[in-house]
Amino acid sequence: MGTLKKMKLVLAALTFYAVVQVLNLAGILNGYFMVIINRSLIAVIFAVSLNLINGITGQFSLGHMGFAAVGAYVSGTLTTLFFHLNLNHPFDNLGFLAAILLGGLMASLAGFLIGFPSLRLKGDYLAIVTLGFGEIIRTILNNISYVGGPRGLLGIPKFSNFTVIFLFALATIVLIRNLVQSSIGRSMLSIRENELASELVGVDTTRYKVLGFVVGAFFAGIGGGLLAHLLQIAHPTQYGFYASALILIMVYVGGIGSLTGSIIAAFSLTFLTEGLRVGIDWLRDTVGVPIGTEWTMVIYAVLLILIMLFKTEGLMGMREAKILIIKEKEG
Amino acid sequence: MTALLSIQNLTHCFGGLKAVSEFSYEVPEGVIYGLIGPNGSGKTTCFNLITGIYTPTAGKILFNGEEINGLKPFRIVHKGIARTFQNLRIFNNLTVIDNIRVARHFTMKSGIFQTFLRLPSFREEEAKVREEALGLISLMNLSHRATELAKNLPYGELRRLEIARALATKPKLILLDEPAAGMNPKETEDLMKLILRVRDEFKVTIFLIEHHMKFVTGICERVKVIDFGTTIAEGRPEDVVKEPKVLEAYLGRKAVVC
Ligand SMILES: Nc1ncnc2c1ncn2[C@@H]1O[C@H](COP(=O)(O)OP(=O)(O)OP(=O)(O)O)[C@@H](O)[C@H]1O
Ligand SMILES: [Mg+2]
Repeated sequence: MGTLKKMKLVLAALTFYAVVQVLNLAGILNGYFMVIINRSLIAVIFAVSLNLINGITGQFSLGHMGFAAVGAYVSGTLTTLFFHLNLNHPFDNLGFLAAILLGGLMASLAGFLIGFPSLRLKGDYLAIVTLGFGEIIRTILNNISYVGGPRGLLGIPKFSNFTVIFLFALATIVLIRNLVQSSIGRSMLSIRENELASELVGVDTTRYKVLGFVVGAFFAGIGGGLLAHLLQIAHPTQYGFYASALILIMVYVGGIGSLTGSIIAAFSLTFLTEGLRVGIDWLRDTVGVPIGTEWTMVIYAVLLILIMLFKTEGLMGMREAKILIIKEKEG
Repeated sequence: MTALLSIQNLTHCFGGLKAVSEFSYEVPEGVIYGLIGPNGSGKTTCFNLITGIYTPTAGKILFNGEEINGLKPFRIVHKGIARTFQNLRIFNNLTVIDNIRVARHFTMKSGIFQTFLRLPSFREEEAKVREEALGLISLMNLSHRATELAKNLPYGELRRLEIARALATKPKLILLDEPAAGMNPKETEDLMKLILRVRDEFKVTIFLIEHHMKFVTGICERVKVIDFGTTIAEGRPEDVVKEPKVLEAYLGRKAVVC
């Protein structure tokens, strides 16, 4: 009974997995729908990991997708250009997993390299540095012809599927949850709450800010790798400011500091984005209104303004759903 | 025997303003010493220098015979100096127990992998720290608040929470910046008892800033009086308050004295 209670989160996740799989096999969810679900799960990975940096540790990163780009291109280069992995070889799946993890590690290295010198900066300055980082990564990728330059890295084998993405998303949630609800996590939270007081109860604030970046970047890199192996392409424009801003909006809409909120917002906004895209296409092609997909960003800007006006804390504030809270022994 | 805290000719300037000037003080182990002076006389700045928030323009601070000026604040905490703040600095959106547990973090050994996987060693350590924190909470009469968000506590309880949080770092020396500020006479009385109890139970040395004269004369063994950053008197509190220079400093500044 006790262990069952502890497993609530895993049980809920497995139920979700089973329902989606059954609906999929029964032909109720078509391939198009599965792509959106997969993209939502990857968005969960991005949003939860960005929340660790912006929400839990209280820093401000505007270049989260830059880390995702590192993961996408490192893993994509390994599976596609170096080792020519093939879906039909069973062992190549392990190669794919290794490539994804390596992509995550390289992204966390990038997180360390940008975090270490810049985390002495505060607020706006940090935002500018991270924004610059994201744009630099994009520009570099645009100019390396080995990985396709502006055309993008093409022909990536489609190793990502619902099961793999689901497992990585679940692992991301569980691991970051475990981190937040620990002594290390409380140190990170204390930096957000009051940096000076944090330092004066013995927290090495620089170290934990860097750690937030390193861990957040690691999971962003994983998400980037999964995305590349889902869409079978890694393209510089997927990882620019627009993409980072979208993840940032998810974190704010969900509630800064709430992992639950990030998960809900990642799903809702991914579905909303797709819905808007369909709606805009319809308006343009059928009704003849001359608008393009860039209008989704306008709608998000309005959404963000509404949130800031009427629900400053986002959907969840700093609260977590019960199943995400680790119960501590009474006594 | 050398003093636990030895401050030697400490000077600190903010631009052209000399906030602390040639300040020296020897605080032996186990005592309760005070630092008093009119508003803006440089008391908090002294504490900020001792805790490493500012690096002194000149002078030396020795703790346990070791020079600590120039160290980062968190390293000074690790050496055994904790403090509270004149204007509370509470982690508002953390629970009372979490406010205290943060202060135990630097002594904990679990690394990131033990934490990610919640390994048995991690759980054991967390459980131990939880017990310690609950102990401190009960000592401070905050047990009914343990799992409440700190921002929901009334002022008097926040003051006690800050003391508990400072004690959680297991300090040898604790600096209290106006602990009785904003308290009524009854609360002040209780706080005095609490501080004496803390001193005895934790074997901790106390150095405090306070405006309440009754409080200072009630628990401080010695006090130092500063005005415009300069020492104007030192000695037993009941003697010091009679000194003309001290009276003048206080009366000269504050037209209304109650
Ligand atoms: N960061 C700072 N920058 C510039 N001046 C400062 C700074 N901190 C304090 N001061 C000035 O230094 C002087 C001493 O301030 P301090 O806060 O140490 O006084 P205090 O004795 O603690 O006063 P109070 O009893 O009001 O708390 C004051 O004139 C104050 O304005
Ligand atoms: Mg002061």
